[in-house]
Amino acid sequence: MDLSLLPAFVIMLIIYLVLLLLALLHVAYLTYVERKIIARMQQRLGPNRVGPRGLLQPIADVLKLLHKEDIIPSAVDRPVFLIAPLIALVCGASGLAFIPLWDKFVLSNLNVGLLFILALSSLSAYGVILSGWASNSRYAFLGALRASAQVISYEIAMSLALLSVVLMAGSFNLQEIVRAQAESPFKAFVFPQIIAFFIFMVSAIAETNRVPFDLPEAETELVAGYFVEYSGIRFALFYLAEYFGMVIMSGLAATCFLGGYLGPFEIPGLPFFWFLLKLYLLLFFYIWVRATLPRYRYDQLMGLGWKILIPLSLANLFLTALFKLWL
Amino acid sequence: MGTLLPFLIFAALVLGMGISMLVGNRILALRKPSTEKLIPYECGIDPSGDTKIPFRVKFYLIALIFLIFDVEIVFLYPWAVVFEELSWFGFVEIFIFVVLLLVAFVYALLEGGLKWE
Repeated sequence: MDLSLLPAFVIMLIIYLVLLLLALLHVAYLTYVERKIIARMQQRLGPNRVGPRGLLQPIADVLKLLHKEDIIPSAVDRPVFLIAPLIALVCGASGLAFIPLWDKFVLSNLNVGLLFILALSSLSAYGVILSGWASNSRYAFLGALRASAQVISYEIAMSLALLSVVLMAGSFNLQEIVRAQAESPFKAFVFPQIIAFFIFMVSAIAETNRVPFDLPEAETELVAGYFVEYSGIRFALFYLAEYFGMVIMSGLAATCFLGGYLGPFEIPGLPFFWFLLKLYLLLFFYIWVRATLPRYRYDQLMGLGWKILIPLSLANLFLTALFKLWL
Repeated sequence: MGTLLPFLIFAALVLGMGISMLVGNRILALRKPSTEKLIPYECGIDPSGDTKIPFRVKFYLIALIFLIFDVEIVFLYPWAVVFEELSWFGFVEIFIFVVLLLVAFVYALLEGGLKWE
């Protein structure tokens, strides 16, 4: 390696590290905000003991989990059991590198960025399946089975919904998709692609195993689903992966449908303002849905995915193609 | 490679974060394994029988139908990118392709391939 490149490389590494820590902070405080909002929606106070208004709660949680015993049950398949949380975390969190945060700021400006994020989100199913299989526990096994069937079912609807966006933009590059939205008459794809947006949001909730599609971890029947045997920081890694998944799905929705970092006007000094605003709105939507809806039954979940969302997204794709040919 | 490298570095950083958390846990947490603690969790009752239980064959069917659709989507991806150049020709071709797959999908539906009752 050329030594003159070393300072640039170190600076790059520092930027990446700062970005990762900021993302981690977002994820940690997402758990706090979620608990707080759900508590308010249920007429409770939520966490309010640690720090002013409970603001230090996520930090206390992390410290507590760091001190918890890491129990590895004797019946587990050891290597797979130990490595599964890391697979879930890496596949769940590294998709962040492709999301353009600003006109001039995206870590990896790949021309198939969208495809890469989809691939990573399907790979994160491996963490779920392997952990459930290796745990050698019935709850974990059933949870993993449900999760894998659910993730592959909703992935089709999600890919087809995103395909309509790709059709409009003519590119898989997320920067190009945002630029295509800037040139479109409505400045965002959510207006012509309202059906695709709806399908994407529903599938994104299912992909990240959130309420009302949280059957893999339905606590009233499966205790915690696939990560029931995990404790201490390994449990936290699964938790982190799930919340990173939420952030990435929301970021993707903001980028593909809501115009990404574009806003009605530029705010000097705050380049990420519009992107973060859209991201927070979408994350609030996730939490709102969780506080509002009860859990689906498994056959309803599969029926919704296969019989409604997939035909609907295919129809939407061909409608988009037809409109593109006529206009 | 130039644009993929940042992603690889970022993924390595995420992995490093995960591993450092595990190491921190290893240093800070106490470890006191006992036989009771190490049995599989079944709500406090002693686990009975094997955990590799038989499960519904429907999960296999879902996976098979998924494969068909996944291959279909793989064909749709490049189509969506070059759609402008292909125009009506591409539209009709892909329409025939999707209709053929939909026939198979409807057949699977009518045979009860997606019924969970």
